[in-house]
Amino acid sequence: MKLSKLVIAAAVVAAGASSMTTSAFAQAKEQFFPLLSYRTGPYAPNGVPWANGKQDYIKMINARDGGINGVKLTFEECETGYATDRGVECYERLKGKPGVSLFDPQATGITFALTEKAPVDKIPLMTLGYGLSVAQDGQAFKWNFPFMGSYWTGADILIQHIGKTAGGLDKLKGKKIALVYHDSPFGKEPIPLLQERARMHGFELQMLPVTAPGVEQKATWLQVRQSRPDYVLLWGWGVMNSTALKEAQATGFPRDKLYGVWWAGAEPDVRDVGEGAKGYHALALNGYGTQSKVIQDILKNVHDKGQGTGPKDEVGSVLYTRGVIIQMLAVEAVRRAQERFGKGKVMTGEQVRWGMENLALDQKKLDALGFKDLMRPLSTSCADHMGSTWARVHTWDGKKFNFSSDWYQADEQILKPMVKAGADKYLADKKMTRRDAADCQS
Amino acid sequence: MLYRENGQFKTSYRADQAIFPIAQDRIAIALMLAVAFLVVPMLASDYIFRAILIPFVIMALAALGVNILVGYCGQISLGSGAFMAVGAYGAYNFFVRIPGLPLIPALILGGLCATFFGILFGLPSLRVKGLYLAVATLAAQFFSDWMFLRIKWFTNNSDSGSVSVNNLQVFGMPIESATSKYIFCLAVLVVVALLAKNLVRGSVGREWMAIRDMDVAAAVIGIRPMYAKLSAFAVSSFIIGMAGALWAFVHLGAWEPAAFSVEVSFRLLFMVIIGGLGSIMGGFFGAAFIVVLPIVLNQFLPALVGMFGIEISTAGVSHAELMIFGALIVWFLIVEPHGLAKLWSTAKQKLRLWPFPH
Repeated sequence: MKLSKLVIAAAVVAAGASSMTTSAFAQAKEQFFPLLSYRTGPYAPNGVPWANGKQDYIKMINARDGGINGVKLTFEECETGYATDRGVECYERLKGKPGVSLFDPQATGITFALTEKAPVDKIPLMTLGYGLSVAQDGQAFKWNFPFMGSYWTGADILIQHIGKTAGGLDKLKGKKIALVYHDSPFGKEPIPLLQERARMHGFELQMLPVTAPGVEQKATWLQVRQSRPDYVLLWGWGVMNSTALKEAQATGFPRDKLYGVWWAGAEPDVRDVGEGAKGYHALALNGYGTQSKVIQDILKNVHDKGQGTGPKDEVGSVLYTRGVIIQMLAVEAVRRAQERFGKGKVMTGEQVRWGMENLALDQKKLDALGFKDLMRPLSTSCADHMGSTWARVHTWDGKKFNFSSDWYQADEQILKPMVKAGADKYLADKKMTRRDAADCQS
Repeated sequence: MLYRENGQFKTSYRADQAIFPIAQDRIAIALMLAVAFLVVPMLASDYIFRAILIPFVIMALAALGVNILVGYCGQISLGSGAFMAVGAYGAYNFFVRIPGLPLIPALILGGLCATFFGILFGLPSLRVKGLYLAVATLAAQFFSDWMFLRIKWFTNNSDSGSVSVNNLQVFGMPIESATSKYIFCLAVLVVVALLAKNLVRGSVGREWMAIRDMDVAAAVIGIRPMYAKLSAFAVSSFIIGMAGALWAFVHLGAWEPAAFSVEVSFRLLFMVIIGGLGSIMGGFFGAAFIVVLPIVLNQFLPALVGMFGIEISTAGVSHAELMIFGALIVWFLIVEPHGLAKLWSTAKQKLRLWPFPH
């Protein structure tokens, strides 16, 4: 051999390296959205529609409005495979692009790693419905934005709903609730809140961890069969959800006593189980379907022109719509920032952060944006980086999900002290202090 | 022609036993170090540092540790990820429980935790070998996964099991910028590699290699298998533990037990097999192959197919990356079963005789 081959190999590598550096200097005057996603691996069934929704909304804004006040939107996707180290690599690759706005890491593990890096690079993180629950406290976490809800609000709403169906929260006394969770930060985050609720209402909380990625659950469901909990909360993602539903069916655990978080309540989770998942409840963070104006606009401006990402019949599914909402919030944050820092300009990460912190989307505005019935109003502030905690429950009838409850809001009285205590502990560990009033204005 | 040792006479045992007996090698290594420490920091961008060079340097350190155990002492281990995790969490616990602890003592203390853990799980090696030992060390991996997920004390009572560090400093200098992180990791790697190289050249290394080649014969000529095997486990897991602490502290900043899953163990084993068993150089080659190549492929493929006017989706790139990577592994192992380090030494051997092949 082989020297000649080695030389060729070296040349190929060198060419690759140079293409990396040149692409970093392309284009300016465009707002760039780095899209971290996973289209491969055990979480792909849920990661794909989410990523498609984000992309399609950007394409739609460009096609329908010509960007944000004339600023064109660009994006680049980077495959993380849900792995933290690849996610960090993607972040490092995309953070230096001109016009970079904000990151949606799309995975709790990556969020934890980026939480340390974002303040240094001055790029905000949006973690809609996931990530660090204590990051709701914007005075401690300047760069994190868990919009619309966290694992704590989700767990709180689930307990409220179970209490309501049982005829009052006091009826939960002496009951047994099992938590079947993904054994990772994603699955463990809700535990403190559930423990707090268990203390308040006197129910017994049983923890049943499932090793990632969650395809092996036989032992867990054997425990469920043994201890016969009154309710099971399902805290899964990707293949874990459909596996859990199949196991519940095999175990004979009544599916209508099974409650999933909003990451366990989308079509890919139940479609394969079909009739076997009939009666399964899950939280719905957002509305869905093809009726709303924004989805119609996407179909008209993107998919009908053959530029859609992914299959057309998945447009309007639960996670697709969530992707659209995430991207809409990102776009609105940029728009809000432009109102203060100059319309028609490309916003920096710091300016977008201000926009995220001062979002005010009331019902009128949501209707105008075409998000009627897809979400509830949201308004953020320096103290509250979440903006709203609304969610409702939907139930699978064997073919599709139907809403089966009214909107709930997480109980502020339980949440607030927990968020404050958690943020204080974080600040103490890091030897940092809360942001003062002046910092909130900036 | 350039790479020839004619005229270089060794007149003492000292000169004959030098690490790099050929003058050209010494110059090459000095140049390489100069490039790595001086030229690279001037040229490389933030991305190259944080996404490619730092992971490469840290994984090369871990591969070096694995190579001592697997390559030099012949004890197959699937628990390397666990040793990394013990190093990382050990260093973390010292770091948060002793206020103001600088980075270097934390690293060393983390490495010592891993040493203890390594010796503990190296004990089965006294009775079993080969595949049986591989399975026994796999137990270390599962044990550490369980331990760091379940025992809250190790994660400083973190609710989610995720921990993070900041305010890293060495001799009062903060390790925050990409360049300082890179230089620090590289310095650790160079020091450890030099120590390891001398260790494997010395009597301890010879004992390890004797055990690897035939343990019964080694015992007959007076080598104590227990001492040799356990010292290999100790040294190896100390190095791997330090690498784990660097990976967690310097590269990730915040991590969860999944960062040191069984997949990391496999990747480390692949690194030493592809890089070259029983070679310090092999660890570097293997780490480059396993850490850097997928990232390069991932970015190079869209540009490549773009030249032919084809657009490839993110998923497509990811699938192609895995396929090409797998094919390359198979190809390399067929062409040279002894790994990239052997290719390197073959090339050197040929250069010595060039232009006359015989």
